[in-house]
Amino acid sequence: MGNIILKVEDLNVESEGERILDNLSFEVKEGEVLTILGPNGAGKTVLLKTLLGILPYKGKIEWTSPTQGRGLPLHGKTSRPDHPKKIKIGYVPQRLPFIKDIPMSVGEFFKLKVSSEKEVKEILNSIGLKDYNPPTASSHSSFYSEWASNILAKKIGDLSSGQFQRILVGWAMVGNPQVLLFDEPTTGIDISGQESIYELLEKLRKERNLTILLVTHDLSIVYKLATNCLCLNKKMLCYSVPKELTSERLSQLYGGKIKFYQHSHE
Amino acid sequence: MNSQFLFSLISGIFIGGVAGYLGSLMLSKRMALVGDALGHVALPGIGLALLFGLDVSFGAFLFLLLGIFLIWLFEIKTSLPMEALVGVVFVASLAIGFLIVPEPELLEALFGDISKVSFEMMIVSIIFSLLIFLVINRIYPKMILANISEDLAKSEGIKIKKENFIYLLSIATMVALGVKIVGSLLVGALVIIPAATARNLSKNLKEYYLGSVVLGILSCLFGILLFRLTGILAGPSIILTSTLFFLVSLIFKR
Repeated sequence: MGNIILKVEDLNVESEGERILDNLSFEVKEGEVLTILGPNGAGKTVLLKTLLGILPYKGKIEWTSPTQGRGLPLHGKTSRPDHPKKIKIGYVPQRLPFIKDIPMSVGEFFKLKVSSEKEVKEILNSIGLKDYNPPTASSHSSFYSEWASNILAKKIGDLSSGQFQRILVGWAMVGNPQVLLFDEPTTGIDISGQESIYELLEKLRKERNLTILLVTHDLSIVYKLATNCLCLNKKMLCYSVPKELTSERLSQLYGGKIKFYQHSHE
Repeated sequence: MNSQFLFSLISGIFIGGVAGYLGSLMLSKRMALVGDALGHVALPGIGLALLFGLDVSFGAFLFLLLGIFLIWLFEIKTSLPMEALVGVVFVASLAIGFLIVPEPELLEALFGDISKVSFEMMIVSIIFSLLIFLVINRIYPKMILANISEDLAKSEGIKIKKENFIYLLSIATMVALGVKIVGSLLVGALVIIPAATARNLSKNLKEYYLGSVVLGILSCLFGILLFRLTGILAGPSIILTSTLFFLVSLIFKR
């Protein structure tokens, strides 16, 4: 950890005359995991989208590309010319309701983002999909290539939600981003699936020295994974390390009495 | 087999193929009726072209541009969903179209008349079909991504409005060509049905869009041959052939 990777000052976002984010200021350092907490409608997703540069805002958002000489393959076609420092950000949105309607294989999904087959295989490896055993896992020459081609040929609509979530994480990793923005990465996944997603995040963070910004409703994650948390309800209510996140603060944030284990998804 | 028949057959094959290709993007966009709507938007243009003895595709294209412009304008001025705006422009055009189209030619305007396809028109159809194919081929991955999630597409630096506009313009061009073959009422079906059939049969994108193109081509080929053999109107004949493929695909649905 060290250098500041993101600096936000007096960030204001309005939509149709309504203020969604009100004067946010915070900093994120390289290698940190920042969780963003808050009730529905608090502006969490809006914050991520604004940081990505896809929503208009007032104030200052400054991304600084971290330690250069890590030998990252710089792709010729950079997808975001609006970021002069060329920081690469991977994004996993909250829901992709339409994707299962489209007949598309996992491999084709990766191909939508220009990437080499080699990179895709590396990514599949690091998101742990090699555990996927094809039904005919017999004595073939290369086990590795067999599972890889198998999962790549699978239809997105046929994946389990846990597998799909991993694929999304992997997709965001294409092009070797330095930062990952996650919007409720575990919605609709069972508990063991959630655990493994968070283990995966932790693993990726260590392997690739990632900085992660994570929107979640899942307080247990805050305690396990986060280095910092930001409580948001249009305004910034707190910015602290997780252990300072007391029940009092949470009641203030969500309204009403909340203990962290009583949290439920809609 | 006279040469005029060959002109219409070749035009039909190219237009059917490219319509299927465009359709493969339309379904996933949940915009399935845009092709239909644009077909109706073309009607006043067809009417004017018939009145002044111009080529119907030319008249149709001018009105399609106007229609797209109006939809775009309304979209900026209001926050109504695209479908509603398309709906307004679509029924208004239909009403105006009926008033403009000379009565003896009403059937031609609504259901097409492939006996009017000339050699020049065939060449124009081939060139524009190939052009649309090349353009759509370039934006295909971006459009698919935008269909999956606009935010995801934007985060990849894709200019969604621009790609959508190119796509809409391509559809308009195809519709202008297609009204000659199947008429303004049925041109939308040329877009929707092959893609719907292909979706039933495919498990990945490649199968899906190739299937859409092939089914579009086969529908036009068999439809026009059926017209030749039985003398039933070519437009309905093509669409019914296409529908038949769709029904068969339901049996083999994956």
